[in-house]
Amino acid sequence: MITVIDYGSGNLRSVAKALEKSGGRVLVSQRPEDIRQADRILLPGVGAFGDCRLNLEKAQLIEPVLQHIQAGKPFLGICVGMQLLFGEGHEFGIHPGLNLFSGKVVAFDKTMPDPHNPAMMLKVPHMGWNRVRQNRPHPLWAGIPQESFFYFVHSYHGLPDQPECTVGTSVYGIPFCAAIARDNLFATQFHPEKSQNLGLKILENFLSWSP
Amino acid sequence: MLAKRIIPCLDVREGRVVKGVQFEDLVDAGDPVEAASRYDLEGADELTFLDITASHENRDTILDVVRRTAEAVFIPLTVGGGIRTNEDIRRLLNAGADKVGINTAAVFRPEFVQEASSRFGSQCIVVAIDAKCVEKDAHGQPIRWQIFTHGGRKPTGLDAVDWAQRMENYGAGEILLTSMDRDGTKIGYDLALTRAIAQATTIPVIASGGVGTLQHMLEGLQQGGADAVLAASIFHFRQHTIPECKLFLQNRGIEVRL
Repeated sequence: MITVIDYGSGNLRSVAKALEKSGGRVLVSQRPEDIRQADRILLPGVGAFGDCRLNLEKAQLIEPVLQHIQAGKPFLGICVGMQLLFGEGHEFGIHPGLNLFSGKVVAFDKTMPDPHNPAMMLKVPHMGWNRVRQNRPHPLWAGIPQESFFYFVHSYHGLPDQPECTVGTSVYGIPFCAAIARDNLFATQFHPEKSQNLGLKILENFLSWSP
Repeated sequence: MLAKRIIPCLDVREGRVVKGVQFEDLVDAGDPVEAASRYDLEGADELTFLDITASHENRDTILDVVRRTAEAVFIPLTVGGGIRTNEDIRRLLNAGADKVGINTAAVFRPEFVQEASSRFGSQCIVVAIDAKCVEKDAHGQPIRWQIFTHGGRKPTGLDAVDWAQRMENYGAGEILLTSMDRDGTKIGYDLALTRAIAQATTIPVIASGGVGTLQHMLEGLQQGGADAVLAASIFHFRQHTIPECKLFLQNRGIEVRL
């Protein structure tokens, strides 16, 4: 059973349906006891870093999530669900993250000209399909060709202090961390649930992952 | 590099796809979920449903369409048409939509965009702008555009470039820009309009209105500076498939997802 954490972060139907399509039995829940009993956890996230952190806290979910991770059980973060794993987020002020990866989450530079079209500023949010370079092999990359396209929508990106944690890199104005991993943690800045077949493949890989 | 997006748009009325020319002579063209699945299979980058259900009591039919689509299609889905309240947005997002398009309601009450983006996040708020040229230069090139409502019949006095910037400041995550002069004409996008809005804002701009050929799409992306192109009839009537369109663009130096 995989538990998708519902902490008021919008549309969870897509991610639940995508997991089911990838062969998972899915529970969408905000009850701490469901998180404690989960075999696998998916932390989605849409909206501002600070709000997401606050909502997790209010629902008393931080402790069960950390326990799950400490127990070595598989964990997948998506979008803000990845960003929350960092030390701190710099969106509307500085907010503490879960600090599972040391580093911070910062904004794309809106005042930067688009390198591919210098007459325009870099558009933010970074929205659409971009290529992801796999920096090293990982069970969740199994069957995914190098430089495949995934769907992104975000205005902030993570900057890990330890570059070896970055398992996927994309380029938007600058190279940035598109996927991060260590031990039983894997997290993507892009949305596998919106990235068609290759996105579903990552979810399928997650469902069979035994770190 | 970020790929330029190709977005087929389906007009949906009372739960069915309808096809017509400029909203006239509409004919039933099947189940939206089937059409969406076909576009997904062909490699569309996103999908847009424009709900043109007229009667209020049948407005919920779109929710069922969105629910069924979200079960079958795993690419982003935008739904526009008749969205007036945060409750309308909440119900569409919960049904499985990823973004909503706000059009007339933004013109009548711009604060709605602010409220919606702070409640749901900018990433899911697309502001649809219907613009029409109101001034041309000595060479006949359009230089000023206004926002129009009611299918391009009612002027609002709002300057399109100012409006786009205001919508960005109010938290819009993306602009769906339709030239009402070009809509349905098949003579190409209003490139001057597209370029003016794309340069005046720092959020993505989707060009719409006037596509008749693949060359028009190329122009919208290259000369118009759009981040994405939306098209309805060119795909509906099977004039071109999505792979044809993407190959055409790729062969001319545009990054696309193939």
